[in-house]
Amino acid sequence: MIQRTKKKTHKELEALAARARRHIVAMHYDSQTGESGSALCIADLLVTLYFNILDIDPKRPEHPERDRFILSKGHGAAALYAAMALRGYFPESDLKRYRVDGGKFHCHPCRDAAAGIEVSTGSLGHGLSIALGMAKSMRMECSSKKVFILVGDGECNEGSIWEAALFASTHKLSNAIVILDNNKFQGFGASKEVLTMNLARKWSAFGWNVLRIDGHSIPEIERSLREAKDETTRPTIVIADTIAGKGVPHIENTLGAHYYIPDEATYLASLNA
Amino acid sequence: MRNDFVKQTLIEMERNRDIIFLTGDLGFNALEPIRDKFPKRFINAGIAEGNMIGLAAGLALTGKKVICYSIASFLTMRPYEQIRTDVCYDNLDVKLFAPGGGYNYPTHGVTHHTIEDVAIMNVLPNMTVVCPGYSWEAREATSALIRHKGPTYMRLSKSPGEHYQHKSWKFQLGKGYEVRKGKDAVLISTGNILDMVLATAELIEKKSKKKIRVGVVSMPCLKPIDQKLIKNLAKQYPLICTIEEHSMIGGLGSIVASLLGQSPVSSKSRFQMFGIPDLFIKDVGSRNYLLAKVGLEPKVLSGQILKLLK
Repeated sequence: MIQRTKKKTHKELEALAARARRHIVAMHYDSQTGESGSALCIADLLVTLYFNILDIDPKRPEHPERDRFILSKGHGAAALYAAMALRGYFPESDLKRYRVDGGKFHCHPCRDAAAGIEVSTGSLGHGLSIALGMAKSMRMECSSKKVFILVGDGECNEGSIWEAALFASTHKLSNAIVILDNNKFQGFGASKEVLTMNLARKWSAFGWNVLRIDGHSIPEIERSLREAKDETTRPTIVIADTIAGKGVPHIENTLGAHYYIPDEATYLASLNA
Repeated sequence: MRNDFVKQTLIEMERNRDIIFLTGDLGFNALEPIRDKFPKRFINAGIAEGNMIGLAAGLALTGKKVICYSIASFLTMRPYEQIRTDVCYDNLDVKLFAPGGGYNYPTHGVTHHTIEDVAIMNVLPNMTVVCPGYSWEAREATSALIRHKGPTYMRLSKSPGEHYQHKSWKFQLGKGYEVRKGKDAVLISTGNILDMVLATAELIEKKSKKKIRVGVVSMPCLKPIDQKLIKNLAKQYPLICTIEEHSMIGGLGSIVASLLGQSPVSSKSRFQMFGIPDLFIKDVGSRNYLLAKVGLEPKVLSGQILKLLK
């Protein structure tokens, strides 16, 4: 059996998310690399998932009866590494080995980098299909466990997302739960301007149970994911409205947040945030 | 070969309950026995190859052995990135079985002609690549590939008219077969073009005035390839030719050429590759008609090889 741990209070989760964001800024400051804004916006989601939602045991990361999490928007990997370190998969000091010579972590997750990283991602539109393969397999084995997948709003440009969305609803994979990081920006423009779509209506039309939340409200995140876990007839998507670059005021809600390399002042300010 | 594949897959799925079969909505009049016998392990993933390979990766990551089936061009090119990143990078147990290959869907047009599959599969780390030449090769290769752990790709073409097999032959990954012994030249082929290659060898001997003897080798396994056999052939024959129903870029010819040019095989034998040149064939016609358009017919090949033997 998976070792159960005491759930965190919302206040504790907020503090952990802030700590994760500090790590994210430091990781990008130390390595002088971008992609920080795409990680900052999902810190609240991942911390809530890893501490209060996922049925996992960092000491037994390959436990067959575990929930699984796949970061399909692989460019938010710094948040994944920070959440996993805080949860105890590896020491927080390993975060220093992000995108440096002889390091441990790429910008996008590689399965070999650490036990507990379920899938190598980075090319958008792959993770959901892989997750559904897992969900289908778990269903065949009568497992009660769930697969959580985090996708980006820009990622929904990919046709494979919609191939997968149809498969999930056709096969009634209610054990697959998508969290959509709706930060409203993608690689080279605002999401609504690059390819316009009403995400909620579209996912609903594809047969999904759609929930919408503030992606920085820990209580809303936890409540919606618990509700998703209880759904038994169809897959659920939680559309989480987030702020690109959350926590670094001068990059919040900008296209450039995705590529932001923290300067010294931002790094020092983050230490006190 | 498709029937050989289906029969052997039924046996393997009976033996191993972890085998899951995915099809990209193809297999009418072929896959029904698998669907009917194993309804819970047979999934029609729809006309969505990218998703199908992703599903296969997810199933494999939870301990399943997954067979994916679709026409060669659709199975290799549309989901290529998923094959590379989701399957090969993590060396997952996903088996690609692809009817077609070359001009085996001749009048279907460019979308169904597949002259690049070996090249693009061969370049992927961890991938095993097989193009059977005979019915027995297809049957035994199906079993070997399913039991092998890791990603594999196999062309499933129509069987040649004749059934060549020696009692002592047993399919092994990485092994080629000397179908016909010779002395002056050897023709190495892969896949179901073998009938035509044998006819070419016979025609060369018939046309020759010097009692030339031509050997023929079937090389069903392209990755790993039978280096030992190629090394021996290079010692025995002054002329080595490869003949394939695939682009001359990246297929059997390229693989053999790279071996002949460097140690440990390193050969002084003359080498010539025959295959599909670097162009799309837009003509309409049967497989033999299209092969003839690119010079892959006994009459043309025998003439060219005889010139090399002068």
